[in-house]
Amino acid sequence: MDRKEIGEVVNEIKFVVDRWRKRPGSFAIDSSLMPEGVERCGLAKFSGWMLFCIALCAWGLVSAFLCLWLGLNQTGMNDYFPFGLWIVFDLAVIALGAGAFFTGFLTYILRKHELKAIINCAVIVGFICYSGAILMLGVDIGQPIRGWFGFWHANVHSMLTEVMFCITTYLIVLTIEYVPLIFENRKLDRIPELHLFGHNLHSIMIVFAGVGTFLSFFHQGSLGGMYGVLYARPFAYRTGFMIWPWTFFLFVFSAIASGPAFTALITYITQKVSGKQLVNRSVLSLMGKIAGGLLAAYMVVKIADTIYWATVTAPSMGQSLWDFYRDGPYGIWLMVAELGIFGIVPAVILLIPKARENDAWLISACAMNCIGIVLNRFVFVVQAMAIPVLPFEKFLGYLPTWQEWGISFGMVGYGLIVFSLSYRYLPVFPQENDLNYAQGGPR
Amino acid sequence: MSSLGPTTGIKYGMVIDLDKCTGCGTCSVACLTENNVYVLEDESDKVRSITWLRVYRINNGQPYPQTKVAYIPRPCMQCDNHPPCVSVCPPTATTKDEIGGIVSQIPTRCIGCRYCVAACPYHVRYFNWFDQVWPEGMEQALSPDVSCRMRGVVEKCTFCYHRLNQAKNRAYMEGRREIQEHEYIPACVEACPTKAITFGDLLNPDHRVSKLAKSPHAFRLLESLGTEPKVYYLTTQEWIRRQSDNYLQKQGLKT
Repeated sequence: MDRKEIGEVVNEIKFVVDRWRKRPGSFAIDSSLMPEGVERCGLAKFSGWMLFCIALCAWGLVSAFLCLWLGLNQTGMNDYFPFGLWIVFDLAVIALGAGAFFTGFLTYILRKHELKAIINCAVIVGFICYSGAILMLGVDIGQPIRGWFGFWHANVHSMLTEVMFCITTYLIVLTIEYVPLIFENRKLDRIPELHLFGHNLHSIMIVFAGVGTFLSFFHQGSLGGMYGVLYARPFAYRTGFMIWPWTFFLFVFSAIASGPAFTALITYITQKVSGKQLVNRSVLSLMGKIAGGLLAAYMVVKIADTIYWATVTAPSMGQSLWDFYRDGPYGIWLMVAELGIFGIVPAVILLIPKARENDAWLISACAMNCIGIVLNRFVFVVQAMAIPVLPFEKFLGYLPTWQEWGISFGMVGYGLIVFSLSYRYLPVFPQENDLNYAQGGPR
Repeated sequence: MSSLGPTTGIKYGMVIDLDKCTGCGTCSVACLTENNVYVLEDESDKVRSITWLRVYRINNGQPYPQTKVAYIPRPCMQCDNHPPCVSVCPPTATTKDEIGGIVSQIPTRCIGCRYCVAACPYHVRYFNWFDQVWPEGMEQALSPDVSCRMRGVVEKCTFCYHRLNQAKNRAYMEGRREIQEHEYIPACVEACPTKAITFGDLLNPDHRVSKLAKSPHAFRLLESLGTEPKVYYLTTQEWIRRQSDNYLQKQGLKT
């Protein structure tokens, strides 16, 4: 080691000791990996938390191993329920992860610069959601090794082909958006090549935001289109505009309505857990306002579509609305819950400025917004399958097995690990320092 | 090659006379044997059983002594025009043949996403939830003309496509291109003891099946959806017809 390097090491030690002296509660052995000037909990506590997340992942890995080794008979799915919990989960997280592309669109394309405070968080959440969804799909399809056939022997008429293409491409975009943040880690930032690479990516981020918006619009839509095109399933089928059924547009709409709400929710939970304010309160209110406005507009078109489908489309296929609810475990309460309790109610709350300023109202409304969208995905994936089309077939119910829950919670655990590591070691929230340590403390 | 449009030229179809069907199930068993359909270790849960041809039992809902029962053998409907399953398959593992209109399945290309299973309203498509492990000795009873499938892929009735290929080969060896009505018959048609099932070219006026399909007693399942099945049913009993499709009370059944 030469004089310069010894000097650097001494400075590091001085920095850590100084920090420990000034704020004893914030001492952590891995402080040098953390962003400048921030406080994080002790490494022991963090490791404990990581162990819990790893346990969730372990449950997921065991479940995945069983499904890949023994086959999909490990699940509760059958020939009447070809889609189950995993597809509901996939559709739900992809909708909730829409905060990434939409916040990116608002920040870089519509130039709402105040959202720069939350864009990193949104990108990480998006990355977790999409990578998790793809990992889950790897277990869900019967022949995972053949997954690439959808690209190689692509059927241009299928909505699912479009979904496959766009989701994988968008994950690449999200990775490109996430990588500069990783390179901003204090240690990595010191490496000139990585610093330059990250900096260059930052300067052309608007290109990726644009590409991400374009790709997201299509795959969010195609996921809805998948169900709307099922012209032999009256519950799911919708007429539409040219080749795109109305569910195409409804799914995009609901995704951008719930994505910002989910991002705000994650930010709020992180704030509560860490005991710090991470973004200006006005940013959370703005996300709530965006989510509320979009949710309200979505409810208008969704209710209009539901009325048209119930009074025109389904009857033209020989079914009245009550035919879908005359039997079986999935009752009309699902529609009331999806459109009313978790649809109109959060939209109204989020549109009231005073309610947005109140933490309890804002967060409850965001959570209800997200739940409503998850219910919507459930209705199209599971309830649609439960309803027989042939008059002499039965209504059926579906329950996931522990292996299915395992993979779902494993994905949650994976997300918690990625997010926790990112929050601990990366400058996720640019406003954090100004909001918490402005009075003093090392920089 | 697939053709998303009505089949022209030759259109293979089936007519099943429900007034003759006794519900014996021979057609179903013949199909399983002919096509190497896997039997699960535990067959009690019917929602995972693979039955390319499934026999449904319906009744008229009346109490004794007005109770009437009927049996509906249900192979793949081989939908024409635009089969709901064909357009949704991402790797194009299922396709409607231009000549003959049979909706074929490529098990080695299927990735097991089960989108086609979701799309089909007749539930003719079956997914292999289990590995196909044939008990020792039983593999000797397998037909060499039909490839066994593997876990994680979808399978369904193919109108015994391999028999069509064999008939075409035989005809070619004899120096002709056309195959005759009796030369290509699926296993279920051959096995039915009451000859309730007729099979042939729906567009050929000489074939019995094309005459039967035009009968006033002929109907198809879920006609109002527009799937255009190539499997027709015959019955003189109105109550059976009423259970073939969905309709609103005020609209009445579409005839």
